[in-house]
Amino acid sequence: MTAAAETYYEKRGLIGTLGRDGLLQIILVANTFIMLAPIVIMVFSAFKTNMEIFQSPFSLPDFTNVANFMKIWTQTNFLRYLANSFVVTGASMVCILTLGTMAAYAIARYEFFGAGFILMFFLAGLTLPLKLAIIPLFMLMRDLGILNNQLSLIAVYTAMGLPTTVFIMTGFIRTLPSELEDAARMDGASEARIMWSIMLPLVRPAMVIAGIQNVVPIWNDFFFPLVFIQNDNLKTLPQGLTTFMGEYTTDWGVLFSGLTLSAAPIIIIYILLSRQFINGMTSGAVK
Amino acid sequence: MPQLRLTGRGLWITVLIAPPLAFVALFIVYPIVAAFAYAFYDWQGLMRGDFVGLANFHQVLFVEPYASWTRNAFTHNIIVFFALMVLQNGAGFILAYALWRELPGARFHRVAVFLPVVLSTIIVGYLWKLFLHPLFGVVNQSLKAIGLPFLAQPWLGQDSTALWALIFANAWHMVGFPTLVFLAGMQRIPTEILDAVRMETESEWVKITKVVWPLVAPSATVVFVLLFVGAFNWFELPYIMAGLDGSPYGSTDVLGLYFYRTAFGNVSAGQQDFGLGSALAVLIFVFIAAVASVITVRLRAREIQI
Repeated sequence: MTAAAETYYEKRGLIGTLGRDGLLQIILVANTFIMLAPIVIMVFSAFKTNMEIFQSPFSLPDFTNVANFMKIWTQTNFLRYLANSFVVTGASMVCILTLGTMAAYAIARYEFFGAGFILMFFLAGLTLPLKLAIIPLFMLMRDLGILNNQLSLIAVYTAMGLPTTVFIMTGFIRTLPSELEDAARMDGASEARIMWSIMLPLVRPAMVIAGIQNVVPIWNDFFFPLVFIQNDNLKTLPQGLTTFMGEYTTDWGVLFSGLTLSAAPIIIIYILLSRQFINGMTSGAVK
Repeated sequence: MPQLRLTGRGLWITVLIAPPLAFVALFIVYPIVAAFAYAFYDWQGLMRGDFVGLANFHQVLFVEPYASWTRNAFTHNIIVFFALMVLQNGAGFILAYALWRELPGARFHRVAVFLPVVLSTIIVGYLWKLFLHPLFGVVNQSLKAIGLPFLAQPWLGQDSTALWALIFANAWHMVGFPTLVFLAGMQRIPTEILDAVRMETESEWVKITKVVWPLVAPSATVVFVLLFVGAFNWFELPYIMAGLDGSPYGSTDVLGLYFYRTAFGNVSAGQQDFGLGSALAVLIFVFIAAVASVITVRLRAREIQI
């Protein structure tokens, strides 16, 4: 304990401090309960029959009863939706990180006419709510012939992800020392070679931040598939979930196991990488 | 500064810059500019008709029944914004303050409060729709179990509680975001300042209102502006929990639903109108941009450089 803290405790009196900290601790415990209880009940209900859910919603289920999950596995398009989400999210992330790093590298490492303007152009995209431009986007996708095609989603997600990625990566690449680069240039390495072999290995931490910030909204997005995709075989997970929830309205066990399965991938990754997730998702808001 | 030449270095920079620039131009800038243009035309389905000037704007703002639909939805967005300001950002500040003390278990509480934030709004919407079911939902069952059966209600089925049920679900989903942004702001307050404050006052209230709150002003600016933009873009949660018509009886209708319905039609009223939809989009867009700029400038002015 530091000296300042000691005098502080003496001044306040132990009781006062404990009372205050006790109240804060109660707030935290209560809040954590409110945050986690719905998720726990969702997972429990996924293993129950309708009757068990209605009669004893809070009881521990029989975890060996996977009938609900089997129904989803065999009778619905769930696996297809999951695979589609992986394909769309994966392709979008590859495009975002590749194109975003290219732009950020050019803006941060070279002096050229209009660099400031181009950065401003990217940053303007940060705050614009693209949902409101859905009508022209719909017409654009129709004209490009990619309505009802996952390319339309990948294109929109890539464009939406670029502003934040360019913002984060430019800031990071600017902080890298130029000695390595200059030495390589003296040795006659080409610009492309310098970028690929020397600079890129150094920007991985920023790529992780930019990647997490974009991967969560893309994986969770519902609005653009709702407008662009009609074909059931092309639907992503959040969109497929609406189809599926509409079909099984009375079978609550199946509904809860559908929600549990949809939530499972991101919850598991979040628990494993919670620090990176929190840093990544708040990095736009925390300067 | 060297000129951009299409040889050697200039070519290399162009290769790096052009593809990402093209994506943003084609899929962000062009659609937004086009949305403004669309609003001035009459649309027949997917076909653009005649230039009609401000007629679409006039219709959604002043011609019944559009005018009262617009007013109704707009009023709900305002309620949502102020309610979430208290429930989400207010609770976020208190939780951040509690986490900042680093009491035992703080790390666990921090992970827990952010967990719902990573979930899809679709999952959250369905989860709470099931929980709020009048007969079998966990919420009413809990109220009965703790001896308050008279509080059990059809939360989503009556117009007095439906919007508040959605607001609560949204607060549950997103409260972790302002919490961790405020927490990051508090952790940046220099310890010298905090030590000095401890010498001056014992009052927790004075410490919070006179020191912590002013010093986390940059975090407040960010979460206020993001909440404002989010509240006036609200779509997914009401779409899942209340449906495209904002049921019951339009009591949960918000601008996002109303815009989508007008532009793309819905099951009950199959009529789709890109002209009116675009006019609504432009109005919402201009409103968000104008108010968000004012809020940002006003809030920035009260930020203190440490």
